[in-house]
Amino acid sequence: MSKRIEVNDLNCFYGKFKAVEDVSMTIQPRSVTAFIGPSGCGKSTFLRTLNRMHEVIPGAYVEGEVLIDGNNLYGPGVDPVNVRRQVGMVFQRPNPFPTMSIKDNVLAGYRLNKERMKNSEAEALLEKSLRSANLWEEVKNRLDKPGSGLSGGQQQRLCIARAIAMQPEVLLMDEPCSALDPISTLAVEDLVQELKETYTIVIVTHNMQQAARVSDETAFFNIAGTGAPGKLIEMSSTEKIFSTPDIKATEDYITGRFG
Amino acid sequence: MTSVTQSTREVTPTPTPEHPVNKARERIGDRVFSGLATGSGVTILLILAMVAGFLLVQAFPALATSPAELEAKGYGQFWSWILPFAWGTVYASFWALLMAVPVAIGIALFISHYAPRRLASSLGYVIDLLAAVPSVVFGLWGSMVLAPAVQPLYLWLNTYLGWIPFFSGQPSGTGRTLLTASIVLAVMILPIITSLSREVFLQTPVLHQEAALALGATRWEMIKMAVLPFGRAGIVSSVMLGLGRALGETMAVAMVLSGAPVITLEILTSQNPNTIAAVIAQNFPEAYGLKTNQLIAGGLTLFVITLVVNSIARLIVSRYKEFSGAN
Ligand SMILES: Nc1ncnc2c1ncn2[C@@H]1O[C@H](COP(=O)(O)OP(=O)(O)OP(=O)(O)O)[C@@H](O)[C@H]1O
Ligand SMILES: [Mg+2]
Repeated sequence: MSKRIEVNDLNCFYGKFKAVEDVSMTIQPRSVTAFIGPSGCGKSTFLRTLNRMHEVIPGAYVEGEVLIDGNNLYGPGVDPVNVRRQVGMVFQRPNPFPTMSIKDNVLAGYRLNKERMKNSEAEALLEKSLRSANLWEEVKNRLDKPGSGLSGGQQQRLCIARAIAMQPEVLLMDEPCSALDPISTLAVEDLVQELKETYTIVIVTHNMQQAARVSDETAFFNIAGTGAPGKLIEMSSTEKIFSTPDIKATEDYITGRFG
Repeated sequence: MTSVTQSTREVTPTPTPEHPVNKARERIGDRVFSGLATGSGVTILLILAMVAGFLLVQAFPALATSPAELEAKGYGQFWSWILPFAWGTVYASFWALLMAVPVAIGIALFISHYAPRRLASSLGYVIDLLAAVPSVVFGLWGSMVLAPAVQPLYLWLNTYLGWIPFFSGQPSGTGRTLLTASIVLAVMILPIITSLSREVFLQTPVLHQEAALALGATRWEMIKMAVLPFGRAGIVSSVMLGLGRALGETMAVAMVLSGAPVITLEILTSQNPNTIAAVIAQNFPEAYGLKTNQLIAGGLTLFVITLVVNSIARLIVSRYKEFSGAN
């Protein structure tokens, strides 16, 4: 189910402003890749090009190609809606649909895909997704209550359940723990470890320890200054990035000696 | 608590009997503003109470006079007099809403989520202009332009869909029917419903719209998942405001309809139930004595109808409160 991602010479624009320049990388299937780098260097922007969410912002566009198992996401005739059904996303701030129950939230994506689903199938998928997101025990008695009534950490895990209920090939996570307490953060990290058995995972994080703990590969992004585009500086195995990076800027950033 | 201590700390460093530390200093700006806000609130309530009081006191004679006496003076019983007009008011507004609401929400969605930005803003401007047209002008347009123009359509509806009760009966030769009045009403309430719903749709959190898109929703699916549920309360409120205007609209209806005291489902005939507001406007100039009281009692009825409709709408909205996204 998981797929290999290959990015070639990708540039991201917001209107005239070039936010990310010339990124090329390969992401292996069934692995966790972490994106690190200072604020504003284009991690979120780049991440959102991997499921064509970048272009929903008015004026935003992309140059270059992103291949998932050899198929270019930006090829002619590719429907972004289909791309997003295969590449799931978890946002920085938990965003369950406030007008839907917990159950409907989890099944929202699946209901878009499949015309009709038998009730028993739906129940099974609901439980499986919530169990994989470590949320089942906490919500099994209030599945019909609104998703917005959960705590922040529970809401984020609900969003993860919603994303994996789609059974995507790739899961993108943009600082999924930034609004969470340490315990929920650990729960999400454990979850990432479990999920990588099945999915290809890309995670943006500001937390170095988190990157070191969860990821197999780490990519470091940086900017030359305000107004300059963000660039991929170095990408390698997490072990190497955190012990003997090739580039000085990476080492400075990791050891906290930047600016 | 903290803000109280902070504000005192900078003003009175040493506590004295006249300036105990824990007493917050009232700021002039705060006081003026809270006075203004309270004053406005009280004024609204006062005006409402005065209007309601006027309606009750003036309507009382008409309601209290014995039916026999009213009959003798040739006014007819109050309830049998008002009922056809109450029906006409509600029925005409019903058709107006039926036509206006889907169109208004469609336009609002088009402006907020489909149209390119330039087109969206000019379209919004045109819609707002529509709201500035006085109702007399709509009345003139309805009776002189719209009625003759749609009359052939009425004949067609009557011929081919006449088996539906609404379209049965003898179609009017002038086109000045309840349906025409409803179309005029629909045009009149379209701007308010459109611009309010557009505002609500534009406020849908980007976060939730992106959540839907990231799940692989098409634009329409995103609207169904995120925008419409978020805007539900706002849509209901805008529809209620539109309905309020339709129920109370006088000139446009008075100029289009030649009303009769009938209760009927038919909307294409020349025998149309009049609306309360139009009846009051048409009869008030010549009214005196008990007749005046009767008309005011009609106004009271309209007031009550509007109040009931509004309460029902609020009830509907509050039933969904838990899922409204406000928490
Ligand atoms: N919607 C937008 N419109 C215009 N410019 C944007 C938009 N979103 C981001 N940018 C710009 O693009 C650049 C990269 O932003 P991005 O959000 O990708 O950074 P980031 O690395 O994710 O930062 P952070 O770690 O703070 O989340 C920044 O200069 C930012 O100002
Ligand atoms: Mg970011």
